[in-house]
Amino acid sequence: MGKNQPDLLPGTLDMLILKTLTRAPLHGYGIAQSIKRLSDDVLTVEEGSLYPALQRLLLQGWVKAEWKMTDTRRRARYYTLTAAGRKQLGLELSQFEQVIGAIGRVLRDAEA
Amino acid sequence: MSPVFRKLAILLGRGRFRGELDEEMAFHREQAEKELVMGGMSREEARLAAMRQFGNATRLRERSHEQVGFRIETVLQDLRFAMRQLRMNPGFAITAVSILALGIASSVAIFAFVDAALIKPLPYKDPSRLMELYEAIPIGPRFHLSYPDYLDWKRENRVFSSLDVYEDQGFMEKTPDGLRPADGARVSDGFFKTLGVTPVLGRDFQYGEDHPDKPRTTLLSYSAWERRYGGNPNVLGQVVTLDGAPYTIIGVLPRDFSFAPAEPADFWAIEMPTGGCEKNRGCHNLFGVARLKDGVTFAAAFADIKTIAQNLEKQYPVSNREQWANMEPLTDRIVGNIRLILLTLLCGAGLLLLIASVNVASLLLARSESRRREMAVRGALGASPKRLVRQFATEGLVLAAIGVAIGAGVAQASMRMLTALIPRDDLASMPYLQGLGLNGRVLAFSVVLALFAAALFAFAPMSRLRFAKISEGLSQGGRGSAGLAWRRFGANLVVIELATATVLLAGAGLLGKSFYRLLHADIGMEPDHIAIVDVAGLGEKYNKDEQTLAMARELVRQVSALPGVKSVGLTNKLPIEDGDVTSNFHVVGRPFHGEHYGVAWRSVSAGYWPALGTRLVSGRYFTDADDATRPKVVIINQAMARQYFPGEDPVGRQITMESTDKNPALIVGEIYDIQEGQLDAAPRGAMYYPFNQDPQSYFSVLVRTSQQEASLLSSLSTTIHSVDPGLAVYDPMTMDRKIHDAPHTYLHRSSAWLVGGFSVMALLLGVVGLYGVIAYSVSQRTREIGVRMALGAERGNVYRMVLGEAGRLVFVGVAAGIASAIPAALLMRSLLFGVRAWDVSTLLAVAVLLSACALLGSYLPAHRAASVSPAEALRTD
Repeated sequence: MGKNQPDLLPGTLDMLILKTLTRAPLHGYGIAQSIKRLSDDVLTVEEGSLYPALQRLLLQGWVKAEWKMTDTRRRARYYTLTAAGRKQLGLELSQFEQVIGAIGRVLRDAEA
Repeated sequence: MSPVFRKLAILLGRGRFRGELDEEMAFHREQAEKELVMGGMSREEARLAAMRQFGNATRLRERSHEQVGFRIETVLQDLRFAMRQLRMNPGFAITAVSILALGIASSVAIFAFVDAALIKPLPYKDPSRLMELYEAIPIGPRFHLSYPDYLDWKRENRVFSSLDVYEDQGFMEKTPDGLRPADGARVSDGFFKTLGVTPVLGRDFQYGEDHPDKPRTTLLSYSAWERRYGGNPNVLGQVVTLDGAPYTIIGVLPRDFSFAPAEPADFWAIEMPTGGCEKNRGCHNLFGVARLKDGVTFAAAFADIKTIAQNLEKQYPVSNREQWANMEPLTDRIVGNIRLILLTLLCGAGLLLLIASVNVASLLLARSESRRREMAVRGALGASPKRLVRQFATEGLVLAAIGVAIGAGVAQASMRMLTALIPRDDLASMPYLQGLGLNGRVLAFSVVLALFAAALFAFAPMSRLRFAKISEGLSQGGRGSAGLAWRRFGANLVVIELATATVLLAGAGLLGKSFYRLLHADIGMEPDHIAIVDVAGLGEKYNKDEQTLAMARELVRQVSALPGVKSVGLTNKLPIEDGDVTSNFHVVGRPFHGEHYGVAWRSVSAGYWPALGTRLVSGRYFTDADDATRPKVVIINQAMARQYFPGEDPVGRQITMESTDKNPALIVGEIYDIQEGQLDAAPRGAMYYPFNQDPQSYFSVLVRTSQQEASLLSSLSTTIHSVDPGLAVYDPMTMDRKIHDAPHTYLHRSSAWLVGGFSVMALLLGVVGLYGVIAYSVSQRTREIGVRMALGAERGNVYRMVLGEAGRLVFVGVAAGIASAIPAALLMRSLLFGVRAWDVSTLLAVAVLLSACALLGSYLPAHRAASVSPAEALRTD
């Protein structure tokens, strides 16, 4: 929870979770770790945001959850991307890219 | 599956959802811990670090809940908690709820009256376009029209789509038991069409049905149809004999129809221009009702009829001299006299509700002080400020809702009680009160009150909460600045309460004093021990004056013989009524230029004076000997003498009723004014002719008795019937009762009592509020007082200190109250009688009473403070 780390852009947490789940079903801790690792420790998902976000995604039907055994024989809830979730991810990604592209263009223009 | 259904599924499996979430989060913590241990941390350190990283589990869980839960779920939680809070503090709950219910009940009950009288539209089509028409004359603005004037106004005007008239005059109905007075009214053919009222049964009058050749017809009021005919539809075509003529029933008016100016009325008969009066432009017996044409303004219509009246005045200089047109909206005619009183009462009730709410708010505030720790703990455990605020809002709402529910019930009961207190005749003139009750508008009003109260109750503790720091609350440091701040806030509330109570008390004092003045005003008579009954001698038998006189003489003789009777008088019109029946007069020997000398005209017997107990200014009373064989005489009152004979002695002058009259009457006496009109009316000129010289077939009998006047009433009626069983004898009454029930007395009395009731409750609540603030202040300052006493302060000093604090609040509150009471009283000055808005003795009495009660209320805490033992006080935390 170090304050030196940048905050997630608002609205991107859902997208990151969905993207993380495209590779394989994961439990909550796994999702948090995965995001941290893939971003080279730049992005940390706070637990306080993660679980409410997961509930939100569940409610929308973009992920589904099931209890499975981990390799260490502990019971954990694994989240899987649904077809609707995949579609939603595509939508969010294209919107995100549009926004990032636009921001990039503005910044480049300002530099020039 | 849509999100809503998923939410529902989760709601149904709440336990499982919680369990799964907990397990999931526990798993997360374990994993994090494991990683930290692998990173080289000790197991214990790792556990703590993981927990710290994870943060507040409750908060976290709640946020997940918020994602999936319905808002209502937390609302229900808050509700349950609020109810539990109230149950845990039954003393607080009962006090708060009953104070609130009291305030709300009075406001709602008064509002229901306001609604019934002022808000609910009259039961006519488009009532705001309806106007009441009068002729104005020098002695007043609201007098009758004559039939020929009505026809001219109707024909000449360009501003009304229709113009009709009514006459508020009952009938003598022929029944198997002889003649009986029947309530009724006469109306012109288009009257109901102008109002936009259609009979529920049968038909309305047709245009032209008032032609003298047509058969006479009448409509029945709905209540008369039910009462007299059992609601039988075959009533159509039946015939009733009214005033000796047959009338065919052609229809029944709607149940909700009423027309206050002519109520009570069972029969609504057609006005036929057959009597002598209808042919005479100088005989005024009608009021007009007219509907404005679309697009015509009040001012334009008023100007138009004024012009018509002016033209008539030029055309008929004798009969129409100084007969001006006047009009007002029909609504004003019907509710005008009680509008001010109702609004005054509503203000009174509103102020009481304000005090009640402030009192409950300060109770809540005091309680929020003791709940600071609770709030701090809940905040530390993760309750968001929003959630805490909502908790307070919910508690306020619950309190207000209970208050309104009970208050509305009490209001319903008190409305019934209040209507029962209205004299029957007055109630008939306020037919709109029949719709009184908890209708939609009244309920909406209650809900608005509830929301206002809830907002106040939520705001009061919240305002304190915002500045409170969690750590401060936890450390029980609430005594310091926060206690002081509350004392200031609570003190302000008490000042508001005391000021409001002062305003109410001053209002009640002024109204009470007005009422006392009204009842003890000099009305020129001794009203105790007078029995009254009305008599009508009708038909062939009493066509001639001699017959009427013989009957009257026999009646007086027989009634005088009743045990206890001291004197018996007759009059054509009783005092303490509307003061109507007026006449012109002319002074013989004074040049006449058509001046309009209008005064009340009475025909009274010689026994009238001792029966009523009048007093003579100069001259003499007339006697039974002053009859048709003797020169005409007349007695005038002081007001007439002052107005028309300034600086001279009227006794010995001669007057006539018509300028052409060759047989003038000699003024033989001047009496002190008898109150002919309502009790609060200004004195008006009146002249009294001997009954023996001017006999009347409708008259009232007044009997002064040495016994209980009420016990005389039945033997009085029997005796009069024994003179002639054909006489109509009705409306037995005592003079005291008549004064007691007169509309103005009633209005003055009821407003004085109601505002008095409100102010007593306000006084109680205000004093209790002050007690609360001072007691709290003392409890907060126990240690300080202990120190003072340890350092040598006397008990007297402590008393002075505490009472001084209370005294300052009382002074500011009472001063502010007196300052606002005067403008408030000015607003209701037309309700005051014989008292000025700034009546010093009333204001002084109020200030003294309130201060005394308030200081008494603060004496208890002062006494407790002074009894503090320094050693004990210093030992408290």
